[in-house]
Amino acid sequence: MSIKKTLFDPLFNNNPIALQILGICSALAVTTKLETVLVMSAAVIAVTTCSNFFVSIIRNQIPSSIRIIVQMTIIASLVILTDQILKTFFYEVSKGLSVYVGLIITNCIVMGRAEGYAMKNGPIMSAIDGFGNGLGYSLVLIFVGVFRELFGSGTLLGMTIFETVNNGGWYVPNGMALLSPSAFFLIGFFIWGLRTFKKEQIEQE
Amino acid sequence: MQNDGPLRTIFVAFLLCVTCSVLVSTAAVKFKPQQETNKKLDIKKKLLLTVGLLDNPKAKADEIERAYQQVEPQIIDLKSGNVSNEVDVESFDAKDAAKDPRYSVAIDGAVDIAKIKKKSRLAKVFFIKKQGKVDQVVLPVHGKGLWSTLYGFLSLDSDLKTIRGFGFYEHAETPGLGGEVDNPRWKELWVGKKAFNNNGNPAIKVVKGTGKGQHEVDGLSGATITASGVQALVNFWLDENGYGPFLAQLKRRMNNEY
Repeated sequence: MSIKKTLFDPLFNNNPIALQILGICSALAVTTKLETVLVMSAAVIAVTTCSNFFVSIIRNQIPSSIRIIVQMTIIASLVILTDQILKTFFYEVSKGLSVYVGLIITNCIVMGRAEGYAMKNGPIMSAIDGFGNGLGYSLVLIFVGVFRELFGSGTLLGMTIFETVNNGGWYVPNGMALLSPSAFFLIGFFIWGLRTFKKEQIEQE
Repeated sequence: MQNDGPLRTIFVAFLLCVTCSVLVSTAAVKFKPQQETNKKLDIKKKLLLTVGLLDNPKAKADEIERAYQQVEPQIIDLKSGNVSNEVDVESFDAKDAAKDPRYSVAIDGAVDIAKIKKKSRLAKVFFIKKQGKVDQVVLPVHGKGLWSTLYGFLSLDSDLKTIRGFGFYEHAETPGLGGEVDNPRWKELWVGKKAFNNNGNPAIKVVKGTGKGQHEVDGLSGATITASGVQALVNFWLDENGYGPFLAQLKRRMNNEY
């Protein structure tokens, strides 16, 4: 596959959330505010890219009986590293993300790409694949985050768009948007929209 | 496959573990001091914002440190209300001390309305002085909300009755619902309220509706449990199990001074 295809396929054609339905849990948890979404996206992109790269480098040395544990160890180390860096240099935002950075470890996308792609392909292509899948994940997260923050708090990136009643404005915030179930609906709408344009993604009965 | 021999498997696993643990522990050790500084600075910033010595929530480190020089911390013994010299003022942290057997005391379940189970018997309070006179007294408070323990600062006027500022520096309530305790507009509602009634008992109430009374603060819609947690923690810390003895002492001292 070409570099371009590897990089951009995960955005729409093979989106990890919308088509592979992976990584839903964190998509529900961190999307109440766009700022946390962006940091989370960056963290996931960094982790998928690096983990794919390192797994791919040692893919011929990994004994197949312990390959999942080996991948897990690499991913976990990278996630802890990311978490430490966030805590050190972006303290305010890392407070908002609390446990969810740590939970990237359990994000199925990272694991899925390491096992599904990096074990069979070279390091550079694997890194590109990881980056692309991280982007695909971010795309859905940003979509969900924009709607949830806008309708739930009337703001975007903390800037007021709709003046809420609490602040003396006119907009009555939609409390539902702030709760996790709303992300389910939004991801549902996203998948619906995507499959309307890309009919081949519809599963056959 | 030749990769799968037991010796080789153990060797690869060992090598990987060593590499990863060296990486992770190096990062943890290297970043630790900076993280501690961040945390301390953040708490200082929240304190300064609460008492109004700082307006900009995005203030830089040197700005915070400069403003913080106007704050006088003091260690007190909660039970007697006296000043204590037992520990170093700078390094003492009541949150850590509550877990330290040297300082930790259990709170009787019947009076533990803030639901914190134990507390440090020492506390660090802060004085803000203007022209040599006490202008504000800042009391660290904490208690359970819905998901998390909320840690914050309550600032009292020199009459030791009127609330001058209130805010939390650490909590994990739902953003937009319980998390609205951070909303500047809500925090403003606390300013000017009387924390005690005429009998000298803590009397803050977080109510539904307008919160017009001098002891009443308008609640947060969609966050009833967080709001009642906040009410409980304020009243707990102002009562005899909290800063009650200290405030009584301080009042006597301040009356003598004038």
